[in-house]
Amino acid sequence: MTEFSMFPVVFYLMAAITVGSAFGVAFTNNIFYSAIALMFTLLGAAGLYVMLAADFVAVVQVFVYVGGILVLTLFAINLTSRIGDVSVSNRSLGRFPSFLVLGLIGYSMVRAIRTAAWNVVEVGDPVPTIEAIGDAFLTQYILPFELASLVLLAALVGAVVLSRKELKEVRG
Amino acid sequence: MEIGLTHFLVVSTMVFLAGLFCVLTRRNAIGILMGVELILNSANLNYLAFSRYSSVNYDGQMFAIFVIMLAAAEAAIGLAIVLGIYQTFHTIDVEATDTLRL
Repeated sequence: MTEFSMFPVVFYLMAAITVGSAFGVAFTNNIFYSAIALMFTLLGAAGLYVMLAADFVAVVQVFVYVGGILVLTLFAINLTSRIGDVSVSNRSLGRFPSFLVLGLIGYSMVRAIRTAAWNVVEVGDPVPTIEAIGDAFLTQYILPFELASLVLLAALVGAVVLSRKELKEVRG
Repeated sequence: MEIGLTHFLVVSTMVFLAGLFCVLTRRNAIGILMGVELILNSANLNYLAFSRYSSVNYDGQMFAIFVIMLAAAEAAIGLAIVLGIYQTFHTIDVEATDTLRL
């Protein structure tokens, strides 16, 4: 019972971390600070995934996003921007029209969320999902699973080819 | 008040809006990629929220895992392209890379 009353507290904490650092990613001028804020967004989202009884997805999120994609992003930032360039992030669309677009989309989305009659079922206690997910990967989802490995292989080769430096010398 | 489906949906909407703002306003290509990742995360949050609150099986979680996988591939390719752009143009300002524009 005491755990049940903690649920809203933890939810609002995780939601505050996620949303606050997401807007940090959007609004800070330094691209490096954006990447650090992105880390907190991803970790907060992983916490929300745990609250949604998705333990395996939360672990995958931490491994792949925080351990992989974020490190890759930091590498790219350090490889591309010169020191004086780090804080340069000039805007393509002005802030005011962006806020207009955001306000319109956000208003309509929140309104839709609040008014739609969602089909909600009774939620049970959270149970470990790893066994069910592993079974599903090798039975019902075997074709997407194998295709995913092909996509990852193609992405690996493509990334190597795209970022190779001496393309001209090799060809000539 | 009981935390329910709509709470998670509102959180994911806010993350989506932050990502959209990032994509709309940045001229730094890496910033745009980070905005795309925020948007993908908000979609994942929606998948998991509906998987928890309005279904009885794990299909939503499977889709979330596939989304994470595709996001990894997208980040690898996208950052490789960014590095290629940087080697060619010596900047990652997406408005400077308009060679194909008439």
